[in-house]
Amino acid sequence: MSDIKSHIQSQIDANPVMLFMKGTPQFPQCGFSAAVVQILDYVGVDYGSENVLASDELRQGIKEFSDWPTIPQLYVKGEFVGGCDIVREMFENGELKPFLAEKGLIQQDA
Amino acid sequence: MSVAETLKTKLEAGLSPTELEIEDQSYLHKGHAGAPEGGESHFRVRIVAAAFEGKTRLQRHKMVNEILAEELAGPVHALTMVTDTPS
Repeated sequence: MSDIKSHIQSQIDANPVMLFMKGTPQFPQCGFSAAVVQILDYVGVDYGSENVLASDELRQGIKEFSDWPTIPQLYVKGEFVGGCDIVREMFENGELKPFLAEKGLIQQDA
Repeated sequence: MSVAETLKTKLEAGLSPTELEIEDQSYLHKGHAGAPEGGESHFRVRIVAAAFEGKTRLQRHKMVNEILAEELAGPVHALTMVTDTPS
């Protein structure tokens, strides 16, 4: 495994919810990344993040790693969940919270 | 052929959709980093196709990404998609 791929794998292993995004949660530099940040903050889950704009190697590497051509990319417990559209659809359809709760990452609503 | 026409041709050939909407949303991103002059960089597509039957959202998006791999590596900077089945 190349260095960048093992770096990505270690990030995914270390963070149960891991977001690869443009910018940072405080300063997203893309509307799609900002949307996922907003949703994750809203559901109240802790997550790790990495700014792909800080490294060309990471920006290319994550696309190959996930076999997914766009950023942002969300991983939950080592599993690739999807990009902005998928996260947004899961949220809007009320699937995201149960999905995270089932994995013990947030408290399920009573 | 414009980028939008290329997307349409490829998606029709690859998925035989019963409904296909392609919207150039580049105007929403005008002037931001990486947005080229003249638009055709940000698209929204809505695809209804029987080919999505029994597939998860992730699998459906991957099918579309594969069909449009060349465009996504080139002129298309962002692609928002809604994927549905006729049923």
